[in-house]
Amino acid sequence: MARVDVVARNNVAVTGPVGAPVVVLAHGFGCAQNLWRLVAPRLARDYRVVLFDHVGAGGSDLAAWSAQRYSSLDAYAEDVLTLVHELDLRDVTLVGHSVSASIAVLAAVAEPSRFAKLVLLTPSPCFLDDGDYHGGFSAADIDELLESLDSNYLGWSAAMAPVIAGNPDRPELGAELTNSFCRTDPGIARVFARATFLSDNRADLARVTVPTLVVQTAEDAIAPREVGEFVRDQIAGSRLVTLDAVGHCPQLSDPEPTAAAIAAFAGP
Amino acid sequence: MTDDRELDALLHDSAEDLYEHAPCGYLSTTPDGRIVKINQTLLGWLGRTRAEVVDRTRFPDLLTVGGRLYHETHFAPLLRMQGSLSGIALDLRTASGERLPVLVTSVVRTNSAGEPSLIRTTVFDARDRRAYEQELLRARRVAEQEQARATELARTLQRTLLPPVLPTVPGFSVAALYHPASVDQVGGDFYDLFPLPGDRWGVFVGDVCGKGAAAAAFTSLTRYTLRSAAVYDDDPVMVLRNLNSVLHQEWCDTRFCTVVFGIVTPASRGSCTVTLASGGHPPALLLGADGSAAYQHTPGGQLLGMFASVHIATTVVRMAKGDTLLLYTDGLTEARVDAARNRLGDDALLDFARAHAPTTAGKLVTDLTTMLSTLMVDDDVAVLCLSA
Repeated sequence: MARVDVVARNNVAVTGPVGAPVVVLAHGFGCAQNLWRLVAPRLARDYRVVLFDHVGAGGSDLAAWSAQRYSSLDAYAEDVLTLVHELDLRDVTLVGHSVSASIAVLAAVAEPSRFAKLVLLTPSPCFLDDGDYHGGFSAADIDELLESLDSNYLGWSAAMAPVIAGNPDRPELGAELTNSFCRTDPGIARVFARATFLSDNRADLARVTVPTLVVQTAEDAIAPREVGEFVRDQIAGSRLVTLDAVGHCPQLSDPEPTAAAIAAFAGP
Repeated sequence: MTDDRELDALLHDSAEDLYEHAPCGYLSTTPDGRIVKINQTLLGWLGRTRAEVVDRTRFPDLLTVGGRLYHETHFAPLLRMQGSLSGIALDLRTASGERLPVLVTSVVRTNSAGEPSLIRTTVFDARDRRAYEQELLRARRVAEQEQARATELARTLQRTLLPPVLPTVPGFSVAALYHPASVDQVGGDFYDLFPLPGDRWGVFVGDVCGKGAAAAAFTSLTRYTLRSAAVYDDDPVMVLRNLNSVLHQEWCDTRFCTVVFGIVTPASRGSCTVTLASGGHPPALLLGADGSAAYQHTPGGQLLGMFASVHIATTVVRMAKGDTLLLYTDGLTEARVDAARNRLGDDALLDFARAHAPTTAGKLVTDLTTMLSTLMVDDDVAVLCLSA
């Protein structure tokens, strides 16, 4: 099999001291690795920090993306394993935010020997309500989200596509890079949104054998507290930390305590 | 005078009145989204009172659930990273349960330490605009469906220009390959193989200049003219002359094609004679049972359809048992081997043939398909192979 140029494909960036324990940060649906930008420097003092973009997001190689492959979270987990192998990373602490918590679980279940620890940041193994399980959303809610993606689509394709393609034949757009941090092709965002919000990975949690820390916030509109408790209960021996923070992205809103929680757990 | 005084009074109205009754919604939240200030305009749109909202509601709580998901996954992280965000389409949920499409712009105020302290947001009614955008989206979907329909039409038309399956030729093996340059357009390459009286077979491969509907009509005329002309005339040269006359009359030198046409006459012990006539077409290639390979040149043949009368070049190929004849269009030799636009060329095709001879029709087509998959093919490719 041909070797994958994972550095280019996943826009991999590595910081922190060579030889230090490895922390891999996996971003969720919506943005890309830049979501870790307030946390990464703090972790890079003591850890070798590996940042990457999922295929389809951020600076990843869009040519590597296909709707068929990336409509399942398994593909993203496979990519994480490829990354870990290609960069020859061992005893990895894998930090997965939001949907990447599920991706991290899939990767750690597939190959537990590569991972020393798992940190699941605001995880949700299943966003949809199902009987007694309260994921927080109905299928109709997810359709609304897809509508929102479509509504914020026109501006993207008309003005931003040439800039993103790196070949702007309309130079007047070059200077104006509004919303550049989280720009995603709406067609790709749609596929990732469906994979994110319609997957059910609850059954995979019990198969995790790697020491796991669950980090949630006090108030999270996407991953309610009872979901964090559910994850803790399903993964044997895992711990749950609830940050005094509000929102789904504590690595942005409360970077210090988030980094501190990851660093304390990833340490020896 | 009274009018002026009234206008004056309005212009000097308080900042508070400007805020409360501005023609857009105003809203201030703490960094975690808690609403600490909201204007009357927005309360009116929402159908809520100040007491219900201030200090008791977070901004995402005013949105539809789908909008809330978008807010948490896109809006809030972006705003945090950029410090401002403009023109984001979201839907508010009013007290009566209605959806109000709005466009939202937010700016983060930071304190002296550079920490976010307050988010100021303006909200514009976007019902008309959203309806218009929905129309655009709908039009886009229709266009995409039309595109799919056109592709399907092209594919169907293409099928009518090529035989669905090649006939079985007793004592011989045959195989063909068609590689369209684009799925959206009908290609201009064609081939066919068909029985003729007296155990003989007619075979042709051709290339019409251009693509699309007009080229397809021309290809269709070419194909059926060739087939009927071959039934009435034993001489391949006359068959191509007939074709040339028809094309020239019908299309008046506006369009032309190249064709190689052959009549296969079986002989003893599995051998055969192929009389080839060519109108400006690339030479056939014979891969010998002994591992040799050689072009079967037909120099001087002219394009068909351009002139009232044309010169047709001929050659006679004697095929022994185990020989394979390769007819192809120039899309094969003009496939690019690298990004620098270098073409495969005649020499490389000959090398390829020498490396693969002896072979059979089926195997040669498989090997050519494999080679094409490594090349950048920007024209149609048609290939027809015949093994004795």
